[in-house]
Amino acid sequence: MRVNFTVNGRPQEADDVWEGESLLYVLRERLGLPGSKNACEQGECGSCTVRLDGVPVCSCLVAAGQVEGRDVVTVEGLADYAKARSCGTSCGTSLDEAKGWQARGTDSQTGEGTELAPIQQAFIDAGAVQCGFCTPGLLVAADEMLEHNPNPTDADIREALSGNLCRCTGYEKIMDAVRLAAARQGEAV
Amino acid sequence: MDFLRPASWEEALAAKAEHPTAVPIAGGTDVMVEINFDHRRPEYLLDLNRVADLTEWEVGEDTVRLGASVPYTKIMENLRAELPGLALASHTVASPQIRNRGGVGGNLGTASPAGDAHPALLAAGAEVEVESVRGTRLIPIDAFYTGVKRNALAADELIKSVHIKKADGPQQYSKVGTRNAMVIAVCAFGLALHPETRTVRTGIGSAAPTPVRAKAAEEFLNAALEEGGFWDNGKIITPSVAKQFAELCSGACNPIDDVRGTASYRRHAVGVMARRTLTWTWESYRGARRHTEGAA
Ligand SMILES: Cc1cc2nc3c(=O)[nH]c(=O)nc-3n(C[C@H](O)[C@H](O)[C@H](O)COP(=O)(O)OP(=O)(O)OC[C@H]3O[C@@H](n4cnc5c(N)ncnc54)[C@H](O)[C@@H]3O)c2cc1C
Ligand code: FES
Ligand code: FES
Repeated sequence: MRVNFTVNGRPQEADDVWEGESLLYVLRERLGLPGSKNACEQGECGSCTVRLDGVPVCSCLVAAGQVEGRDVVTVEGLADYAKARSCGTSCGTSLDEAKGWQARGTDSQTGEGTELAPIQQAFIDAGAVQCGFCTPGLLVAADEMLEHNPNPTDADIREALSGNLCRCTGYEKIMDAVRLAAARQGEAV
Repeated sequence: MDFLRPASWEEALAAKAEHPTAVPIAGGTDVMVEINFDHRRPEYLLDLNRVADLTEWEVGEDTVRLGASVPYTKIMENLRAELPGLALASHTVASPQIRNRGGVGGNLGTASPAGDAHPALLAAGAEVEVESVRGTRLIPIDAFYTGVKRNALAADELIKSVHIKKADGPQQYSKVGTRNAMVIAVCAFGLALHPETRTVRTGIGSAAPTPVRAKAAEEFLNAALEEGGFWDNGKIITPSVAKQFAELCSGACNPIDDVRGTASYRRHAVGVMARRTLTWTWESYRGARRHTEGAA
C-alpha cells in the first residue's frame, strides 16, 4: 500500500509498504531516515521515539497505515523544529512560516554542518553521548518535555525519560544534559 | 494482509461484520509487538485511529463514558478526580510513550490478567459498551473476562466505550514490580470505598487466570464495617479486621509460578497490598469525614 504523511515538515510518500509494517521501518528503510533507532521493536527501549502529531510515541509500535495524513517529527528534524518553536513570531518568522518549516536534509547526512537543537548541543556539552544508540530517542523525549515544562525537577526528568533505556552512560550525564538545556532555555528568555 | 481504514464508527462496525477475523488496532502497543515478532499475521488490520468518537470521554452524573481509545495519558491528566483508581493504574503502565498511545479499549481487548486497567475497573464498578451491526450491549465488567486473554466479545463486535462509576469515595491502586516504569505487574490490587452504598470493592491483577474480585473479602469487610458502625464513627479499622480482609484477598488468588514471581509470593503480596490500600483509603475517608464535620 501507499502511505502519505508529513515528516519533518516535508510531505512524503512511501510506496509498496507492507500492511503490517511499522512507522519505524518506513522511516529507516523506505525514507532514508535512520536517526530513529531500532533496538527492541517492542516498546521497551524508546530508541525509536518520534513525535506523531506532536506526541512522543514509539515508532516501532505505530502501524505505517496509521500515519496516513499525519505529521511526524524525527530526530533529523529536531533542530528545525526547536528553532521554529523558539522563534514563534518574535524573530521575524510569522507563525504561518513557522508552521510551514521544513527540515533541510532527509538522508543520513542530515545534521552535517547544520545547526543543532539546544537539547542536542546540551547532550554533547554534558558528555551524555557514548555509543549514541539511545540518543535520538532521548533527544526527542527530552525536547518534548522541555517544550511544556521549562523548569523540570529531577523527578520530572526521570519520569519523562522513563521510557528510554541507555546501556552506556548510567543516566547521570543525561540528567546533566537535560538540566543544562533547561537552564540555557531559561537564560535565553 | 489488508489494512482497513474506516473513517467512522459505522464504517468500522460494517468492516468488522464483513471481516470478523479482522484484528482491530488502536494504540497498537499490544498488536504491533505481536506483528513485529511474527506471533500474529492477521488477514486484516482494522485501524481505529480515524474513529474520532473513540478518543472522547463524557462525564455524566453517575458515570464516566470513556471512549475505548482514550490514551492513558489523557485519563491521568483529565479524569483523576472522577476515576482516581483508574488514573493511578494508568500512571503505572509502561512509559510516557506507551501511555500516549495505549488505552483501556486495547487493555480490555487483550484481556491479559496483568492488564493494569482491570483491577481499577473491577473495584470502581463498570460496564463495557460493545457494538456490532446487530446492536449494542452493555457487558458488566465482572462478566467481561472469560479466560486467560479471553473476553466476552463476539467476532463481529467492537468495544465502543466503558461506562465507569464515578468515585464516591477514596480509591487506590497498588502494583508489585521490579522498578517504577516499564513493568508488567507481578501482581496488582485495586480497592475502592463506596460510602454511598457503604460497600467496598476490590480488583486483583496477575494472580489468577483472569482479573478477579475478592468477593468473600468484600463481603466480610462490608459486614465488619457495618457491624462496627465504622462508616458513621470513622474509627480506625481494627487490625484484626484488616488482617482477615488481607487473608481473604490472598485466598481469592489462583496464581501460577512464572518468570515474574512464584504463586506463593503473589498470594502473599496481594495480602500485603490489600491491607495497605485499605489503610490508605480508610485514612483518606476518615480525613474527608473530619473535614466535612469541621465545616458543618
Ligand atoms: C513496552 C510495553 C509495556 C507495557 N506495559 C504495560 C503495563 O505496564 N500495564 C498494562 O496494562 N499493559 C502494558 N502493556 C500492554 C499495552 O500497552 C496495553 O494493553 C494497552 O492498554 C493496549 O492498548 P492499545 O490501544 O495499544 O491496544 P492495541 O494494541 O491497539 O490492541 C490490543 C488488543 O485489543 C483489541 N482492540 C483494541 N481496541 C479495540 C476495540 N475498540 N474493540 C475491540 N477490540 C479492540 C486489538 O484487536 C488487540 O487484540 C505494555 C506494552 C508494551 C509494548
Ligand atoms: S525499538 Fe521501539 S521502543 Fe525499542
Ligand atoms: S549512549 Fe550507548 S546506549 Fe546510551
